[in-house]
Amino acid sequence: MTDAWPLARALADPSTTAALDADGWTALLTMARAEQLIGTLAVRLQGLPMPASVVRILEDVRAGAEQGRRAALWEAEMARRALAPLGGPVVLLKGTAFVAAGMLAGQGRSIGDLDILVPRGDLDAVEAALLGAGWEWVKPDPYDDAYYRRWMHELPPLIHRERDRMIDVHHTILPLTARPTPDAAALIAARVDLGNGLSVLTPNDMIVHAAAHLFADGDLAGGLRNLWDIRCLVEEFGTEGLAERAVHHGLSGEVARALRLSASVFDGVATRSVDRLYLRRLLARDGWGRPTRPVTRFAFYVRSHWLRMPPAMLARHLWTKWRKSSSLKSLPVRA
Amino acid sequence: MRHAVAIRIGPIGFRVGSDWRAPVAALETLYRDYPRPDVPDFTVRLFARRPWRRFVRPSVEIGGDYMLPEAAPLPLSQGLLAAEMAMNLQMALGGRRYLLLHASAVERDGRALLMTGISGAGKSTLASLLAARGWRFMGDEFALLDPATGLVHAFPRLISLKNEGIAAAIAARPDARLGPLMPDTPKGDIRHMVPDARAIAAMDVAATPALLLFPRYGFAAEVRPVPPAEAFVRMTQASTNYVALGEAGFGALTRLIGAVPSLAVDYPDGASAVAQVEALWDAL
Repeated sequence: MTDAWPLARALADPSTTAALDADGWTALLTMARAEQLIGTLAVRLQGLPMPASVVRILEDVRAGAEQGRRAALWEAEMARRALAPLGGPVVLLKGTAFVAAGMLAGQGRSIGDLDILVPRGDLDAVEAALLGAGWEWVKPDPYDDAYYRRWMHELPPLIHRERDRMIDVHHTILPLTARPTPDAAALIAARVDLGNGLSVLTPNDMIVHAAAHLFADGDLAGGLRNLWDIRCLVEEFGTEGLAERAVHHGLSGEVARALRLSASVFDGVATRSVDRLYLRRLLARDGWGRPTRPVTRFAFYVRSHWLRMPPAMLARHLWTKWRKSSSLKSLPVRA
Repeated sequence: MRHAVAIRIGPIGFRVGSDWRAPVAALETLYRDYPRPDVPDFTVRLFARRPWRRFVRPSVEIGGDYMLPEAAPLPLSQGLLAAEMAMNLQMALGGRRYLLLHASAVERDGRALLMTGISGAGKSTLASLLAARGWRFMGDEFALLDPATGLVHAFPRLISLKNEGIAAAIAARPDARLGPLMPDTPKGDIRHMVPDARAIAAMDVAATPALLLFPRYGFAAEVRPVPPAEAFVRMTQASTNYVALGEAGFGALTRLIGAVPSLAVDYPDGASAVAQVEALWDAL
């Protein structure tokens, strides 16, 4: 099989790795790196019997994840200091939120950019404060910049000139062009304060956000990691009140799908036929770390754009991007 | 992948997969005396971006566990160079166990001499000249500094000879095994040389660092001490994973700089350099 089932199984039930030979371990580690789940895997497998070479590799991975955690928390603190004078709420999202709140989903998790959510009315002040504190624009292209400001759920990404770390400033959790319109004010109102000037979403809103990101926004790149986040959130906090919350944000279909797929990928619950295509995409990775199933991937890529904007706008957007550069690589809309 | 080979170089195991036979065959030949890893630390992929590029003007893309998005493909005739670059890239971007110093290293009496500098400063050439005079060659790309022990571990991969360095190194070791001459690469002419048998046999033997040199080729012979603060900063720039290691990297580098003398060495030619280095070593 050329897919990432061994990785899903190892995460859900670490004892299954007892059956692996050297080639099996090699494939597992390579898949986990490619899906950015190696840190999570290293934490899950700690203390189990495994070859000495794997013990060494996973020790290094855990040390790297610990350093990544420290760097992510430091970056959050830098943002807090820059934004403290404004007095408004600053809500951490995704990986940084998981580690800042000490949650199961944060254990070993790889964290790239810092994602924060602020009230839409604060955006201009937040942007000015970050620029004043050493962050700079990543994208010099005026079309991209205008597109972000008019249609996206976040400012164009900023990078700190000294620390070389990116920050994504969100004012809601889906592009404004997408059909569902989550209640950003309610996300912020329900926030959980961490006591250090920063906040996180409630666990239910975290699940809603993760599901929105997976099924209403991106092309499912990195989807296995996001699905693992959801599984950890459900395991730690349960699902009480989740269905009502999903309805409130207009994302009940996405949340239900996330729960079904998590149960299927990690707990072996039989899949509904409507979810099979998602499974094919989520697990499209081979033992050399290569992306597989190019047709399925491309279909989800097209779908992600289709979901993001109405047809006429999509056509205009793609036409503009195509004229500016004939390469798909430079499309500004990131997964 | 269609063709694959696994190699262990010092403490690091690699698995290299390729769409073509040739790069794997070259690695198998040149690394034939190296051990095989159990579970490799890193995976490298050499592949054609489009299926027809396997055959029509074959073009080798570099991938693996870690990648640089802007890495340009190489023609298949430079497939060995692509494999070596890709292996180094995995180390540079993914290595976490050791503080990686972009330096050449040689060893004598269990003590290591580290030489670092910009490309063209002569660190590879000097290491190979010293190896020809009885030093043990530990590597010419990365010196692996263990934060836990302060020891330097060897990484004696193939020696990447460039331009006029090719003839000089072959003259010093006429019996050495060599890879194909690859003209007109992005770095000029390149030819790989297999490290000597002693370097391979002793590659698991670590050494205590004893001296840190910043050589510079093409100047009148001169030696000056490098103050610790300057040496520290230059070494942070010479390390690919200093930032990623965090406190462990800071501790390892502070300890290294505190423990060994740091000297800048200007030299006009190889013979003078060897004489200067050996005089400094004997005076330690």
